[in-house]
Amino acid sequence: MDFELNEEQRLLEDSLARLLADHYGFDKRRTYLAEPEGWSRALWSQYAELGLLGLPFAESHGGFGGGPTDIMLVMEAFGRVLALEPYLATVVLAGTALRLAGNETQKSAMLPQISAGEMILAFAHGERQARYDLSDVVTTAKRRSGGWVLDGAKSVVLHGDSAQQLVVSARVSGQRDDTDGITLFLVDSGATGLARRFYPMRDGTRAAEISLSSVEVSADAVLGAVGAAFPVIDRVVEAGIAATAAEAVGAMEAMQSMTLEYLKTRQQFGRPIGDYQVLQHRASEMLMELERGRSMAMLAAMTLEEPNAAERAHNIAMAKVGVGQASKFVAQNAIQLHGGIGMTEEYAVGHYFRRCMVIEHMFGDTAHHLSRLADTVS
Amino acid sequence: MDLRYTAEELAFREELRAFFRDNLPADIRERMRLGHAPSKEDTVTWQRILNRQGWAAYSWPKEYGGPGWSPVQRMIFLEENQLAPAPEVSGFNITMIGPVLIQFGTEEQRQRFLPRAANIDDWWCQGFSEPGAGSDLAALKTAARRDGDHYVINGQKIWTSTAHHADWCFCLVRTDPHAKKRQEGISFLLVDMKTPGITVRPIISIDGSHHLNEVFFDDVAVPLSLRVGEENRGWDVAKFLLGHERTGIARLGKSKERVKFARDAAHEMRANGRPLIEDPGFRQRVAQLEVDIKALEITQMRVVCAHDRSREGRPDPLSSVLKVKGTELLQATTELAMDVGGPLSMPDWAQELAALSNEPELGPVWAAEATRSYLFLRAASIYGGTNEIQKNIVSKAVLGL
Repeated sequence: MDFELNEEQRLLEDSLARLLADHYGFDKRRTYLAEPEGWSRALWSQYAELGLLGLPFAESHGGFGGGPTDIMLVMEAFGRVLALEPYLATVVLAGTALRLAGNETQKSAMLPQISAGEMILAFAHGERQARYDLSDVVTTAKRRSGGWVLDGAKSVVLHGDSAQQLVVSARVSGQRDDTDGITLFLVDSGATGLARRFYPMRDGTRAAEISLSSVEVSADAVLGAVGAAFPVIDRVVEAGIAATAAEAVGAMEAMQSMTLEYLKTRQQFGRPIGDYQVLQHRASEMLMELERGRSMAMLAAMTLEEPNAAERAHNIAMAKVGVGQASKFVAQNAIQLHGGIGMTEEYAVGHYFRRCMVIEHMFGDTAHHLSRLADTVS
Repeated sequence: MDLRYTAEELAFREELRAFFRDNLPADIRERMRLGHAPSKEDTVTWQRILNRQGWAAYSWPKEYGGPGWSPVQRMIFLEENQLAPAPEVSGFNITMIGPVLIQFGTEEQRQRFLPRAANIDDWWCQGFSEPGAGSDLAALKTAARRDGDHYVINGQKIWTSTAHHADWCFCLVRTDPHAKKRQEGISFLLVDMKTPGITVRPIISIDGSHHLNEVFFDDVAVPLSLRVGEENRGWDVAKFLLGHERTGIARLGKSKERVKFARDAAHEMRANGRPLIEDPGFRQRVAQLEVDIKALEITQMRVVCAHDRSREGRPDPLSSVLKVKGTELLQATTELAMDVGGPLSMPDWAQELAALSNEPELGPVWAAEATRSYLFLRAASIYGGTNEIQKNIVSKAVLGL
């Protein structure tokens, strides 16, 4: 058991904190939101220079061979400033799919480009009817003249607007909820028959609805084994849960410190409102939830490489529930303790609130995962 | 960063498990499994078995008769002992008076009391709270005035757990009523419970048990040599005592053991025409508790590892988090066990069972004991500094409010 960061991790944490301190004030963030894609291409290049974009990839693919703890540190830092860049979509989600399922040709073609900041990817898996069920895939892929033809639609694809390449799941056999029969494909977002509609999420990050109408891809677009993608999808989602858990911890930290600052400075009845015990206790409870969330984000990160799939799934579900509940408590009370100002668009706390809300509803919400855990009680 | 136990830590845990398996008497284990509060006899028997192994004083350094374990090893020991399930070693002896004497005692006091505390030859109790001094401990009034080579104590303590079993009591008394600050006139004394002038009166708690007491002091003479630390500096000793070894305070092993027991018992009980274990509401409640236990377990490891690194001997403010969350879980898990019993948890058949020992049992003992435990553990969020006081500590020491 060891909770220490190693030397490289401490350096990574420091240099990223410095970069974000220089470039991610609340006002600067507004200017990034106003850019065409809703995030900063200039900062993306800086992340590449810092080595963040190749962090989890092998050195032979232009990466740094980092692990889940490194990603945790990065996501926590992003959470503190509400970073808008497509790190989750590109590096964590699509990157994990490539890393786990890609063949050598695919990896050596794409991973160095991701690491260099030259390629944005998105993970196009969710479908409108599926809610949180990962095997509910009705988009189809049929073989035709040595390649494949894709038909269907993908819903709430994070950063699907910016992505040059999409990792698309499609059913090659079986029925709607079958875990067998799903395949992942690499699809160019400009492919004929592929249409995208863009929109912002409630937290300002961008997403897309994607329709596929007789989209033709070649045989070498298949990522991993045909019909056997479900375990990969599962692991991609687990990586997403661990990453957003850490991001939520960063957001909780920011809300906690904003709230403390406010309690110490806001005067009512002739004294700081933080003098009132009822608010002190609420702030203490927020800290307890923050620490609970932090512990669970650590659990998620450190369980990602657990080889036993059942144990990994159990721990990830626990982490999702723990972080979801913690961040909801911290976020709701952060607004409550601020009072009216916390409700305004011009004040930061509501933006953190909305990010935590969106994170909770990604990859299965608290109720979904609690119910999965309940199924295993014996 | 790595959450898993190291190979050495796993080997250590295996060593403990094997020892508990082979040495915990079966009758004691069964009483603990059914949820009985450990009797004085069971506590003494088990602590002496542990002490022969050198483990009873699990948090003490080797030179004073402890095993010299690291904080991580201590945490593993506590958890395995609770999971066995075995009676816990006396907190008064091992995590309170022992460390206090090691830190503040004279060599003579250490030699006289430490080996006997480890072997529970002396049963210690704690004389801190008074009728007018609960959360506000520094308001205590019990007075000790000097008379030659003695102090003479007059006053009253309350909520004194197991005073009726106790051979010795460590007490906070007021030695300077005129001190500028209330905290500066307090001393820490060791009192032989057989001294003339001491009266112990039981307080029966809502679970029906006799655990708590009032202790009255009427001209009780205590030699000056039994003062720990300097005169009027007893508050420092008390603060040390209350801040020491707080990682054990969460009692997570106990909560885990209760959930496991409740799950097992839920296979035997019915709900809406099927085993209770298959009821979605019950399963969800168990799942939620297991999430909460897991989170606190990791938080506890973080506190313990931070302690390992740099805080040896100093209380970590996060230990207040462990106290609040740990006792909330202890209360929730004992409530779960009670609820599994349903209507069978409501009868109070302890006396009936004791009187008719040859008759077949009236109902499941575990259900009655679960309720007793649920009732008794309402105290968990009150003792050791109420959970509200812990939140005050967090808001001042951690949040700076």
